[in-house]
Amino acid sequence: MTTQQNERATASAQDEPQSRRRSTASFIAPFVGLAVPVGAVVVALSLGAVMLLTLGANPITGYAALIDGAFGGWDELADTSIKAMPLLLVGVGICIAFRAGVINIGGEGQIIAGAIASTVVALVLADVPRILLVPLVLVGGAIGGGIWGAIPGALKAYAGVNEILSTIMMNLVAAQFLSFLLQDLLTDKASGAIKIQQTERLTENADLPLLPGDTRLHLGVIIAVLIAVLAHILLFRSALGVRLRAVGHNANASRYAGMPVKKSIVQALAFSGACAGMAGAVLVFGSESHRLIAEGGASGFTQSAGFNGIVAALFGGLSPLAVIPASFFFGGMLTGGIALQQELQVPAALIVALNGIVVLFVVASLKLKTRLRTWAEAVGSGGAGSLSTATATATATETAASESSNG
Amino acid sequence: MGDFFTISVLVATLASGIRLATPFLLAGLGETIGQRSGVLNLGVEGVMLLGAFSAYYVTLESGSAVYGILGAIVVGLVMGLIYAFVTLIMHAEQGISGIGVYLFGLGFTDLLFQKNVGTPKPIRGLGEVNIPLLSDIPKVGEILFQHSVPVYFAFALVPLVWFMINKTTFGLNIRAVGETPEAADTLGVSVNMTRLATMLIGSTMASLAGAALALEVGIFQQNLTSGQGFIAIALVYFGAWRSYGVMLGALLFGIVQATVLQLKTLGIVEGANSSLMAMAPAVLTIVVLVIVSRRVAAPGALTRPFDRSA
Repeated sequence: MTTQQNERATASAQDEPQSRRRSTASFIAPFVGLAVPVGAVVVALSLGAVMLLTLGANPITGYAALIDGAFGGWDELADTSIKAMPLLLVGVGICIAFRAGVINIGGEGQIIAGAIASTVVALVLADVPRILLVPLVLVGGAIGGGIWGAIPGALKAYAGVNEILSTIMMNLVAAQFLSFLLQDLLTDKASGAIKIQQTERLTENADLPLLPGDTRLHLGVIIAVLIAVLAHILLFRSALGVRLRAVGHNANASRYAGMPVKKSIVQALAFSGACAGMAGAVLVFGSESHRLIAEGGASGFTQSAGFNGIVAALFGGLSPLAVIPASFFFGGMLTGGIALQQELQVPAALIVALNGIVVLFVVASLKLKTRLRTWAEAVGSGGAGSLSTATATATATETAASESSNG
Repeated sequence: MGDFFTISVLVATLASGIRLATPFLLAGLGETIGQRSGVLNLGVEGVMLLGAFSAYYVTLESGSAVYGILGAIVVGLVMGLIYAFVTLIMHAEQGISGIGVYLFGLGFTDLLFQKNVGTPKPIRGLGEVNIPLLSDIPKVGEILFQHSVPVYFAFALVPLVWFMINKTTFGLNIRAVGETPEAADTLGVSVNMTRLATMLIGSTMASLAGAALALEVGIFQQNLTSGQGFIAIALVYFGAWRSYGVMLGALLFGIVQATVLQLKTLGIVEGANSSLMAMAPAVLTIVVLVIVSRRVAAPGALTRPFDRSA
């Protein structure tokens, strides 16, 4: 803990001259910052290629299908955007939590909680006109996810429970609860003998309106981008954001400065959960079936967005605006993955495995990024400093880690 | 409910509770060793799945569970090496890289299963070994001494792990690098080599936990472990990073699981309500964490990578 504070102190001390001095490093560093995670994805995909080869499939045909399926045309781009939406919303939430020094692994559960809450809103208020009901289901989702996030937040703040563990447990609880609801209280009564875990077709008044143009793009895309902008303002342009980041940067110093640290932890996880919860609502009311449906278990509904959103957030350097392109990229991986799987006739589980490898490599590359940047600057300007964004990312995750281990 | 409280059902539930505690115990002990050295491996669930599949598949192909277990050990060592590379050399965030291992294990085992096995084929797991004399004791014998080898192995490891951590030089090194790696380093203890060793041990034990599970149920299916690896990590906190505490936690969760299963089998809980019952272990974990969190201190350097230049 003390060494980390020292590290942080020296890092911020080094930032000072950096901001005044413009050097060649400031030109090299951003490219290094981009090249490293992209390189990590390339390495991960090469491992995927080895996997494909052992399965007896041609990786070149596979990856061609992946790129074509993800970015090959307007429909593909629209599908990629739709897949990117939950990643963006969860990722933005992750930015808020991690910046406040809290590791939120509970995106999966928060998505489910949001989906359940918004579904209940739509069932209860089915007759409310569309112009009111659409915002209502979105708010309902945010509240559901927010509560699901606030619980581990409160447990961490007031009982010292490690939030990594509690959020994972909240995921398991939410998944089973969803399964219970879809077999019992919320089940589709019309489905007859074949019991699919799904609700009835929810009211048309809650359908997210399609955007002009001939694609499947709907309002959710705009909402997700809007939330990213709002989160950026919250984190970097508001007093609350300053407090959350201060707590994330150094909880003890914030406490001495009179900031309510415990409240901030709960707020950060509640906001984080609210974003994921909204993703849950978007997944239900922007889906083609307009039902809450869990194909082959809860992860069939969330599509692991709760985990992938974390990667998108890290890829975007924990900055909400940068998560927009990052999640678009990962959305492309997912839509392209489906195309790859269909082209090569391999089981869909391949995408999950590939996904895991990408997570592992992107996370592993993050510290390398900071190190390379420091190196690039040392070469470029003859010493001193690292980019403040890189340091912020590194410290945010580091603090989160040390906080959680203390918890 | 009355059907549940008969002697024979209770004895059967306790016996199956001990059997079900075994994967928790193996994975939890492995994770304990790792965390005592300062490394949080959140990928236990993924490694368990990989271990379970390799044990299942090798047993299916070779016809011998012994080869299956050997396969699981190899897989565990490989995953340990990968995780050590990611955390010790790349200094990756441990709370998240483990999720990568989990997703990889989840997808990869499902992929291999669909590709190489397809329809579920049962395997002949390890038979029960009755301990002579002791297993003849009425009731007690049935609960404690009529199990398969992994069960005895897991429980025998409890004192061994305690001894290793507390009474050997290696254990002293583990604790030193887990509390204050800088101090250990100055005294000539290699922080990363010690952590590499604990990673390999922990990962192998997680893999064996999966193998024990697969050989016990005699089948593999997608997401066979269904969150048990994550619960095993929580058990380390529950047990306050001590092997006997982890054993108590594992037994508690094993018995809870056995009870849930028994209630289902007896038809006391059915249909949708069984999903509700399946929430029990996770809810219990949260409750337990609330109770223990303020009372025990984690290893000082947990999740903190060691960098000599820092």
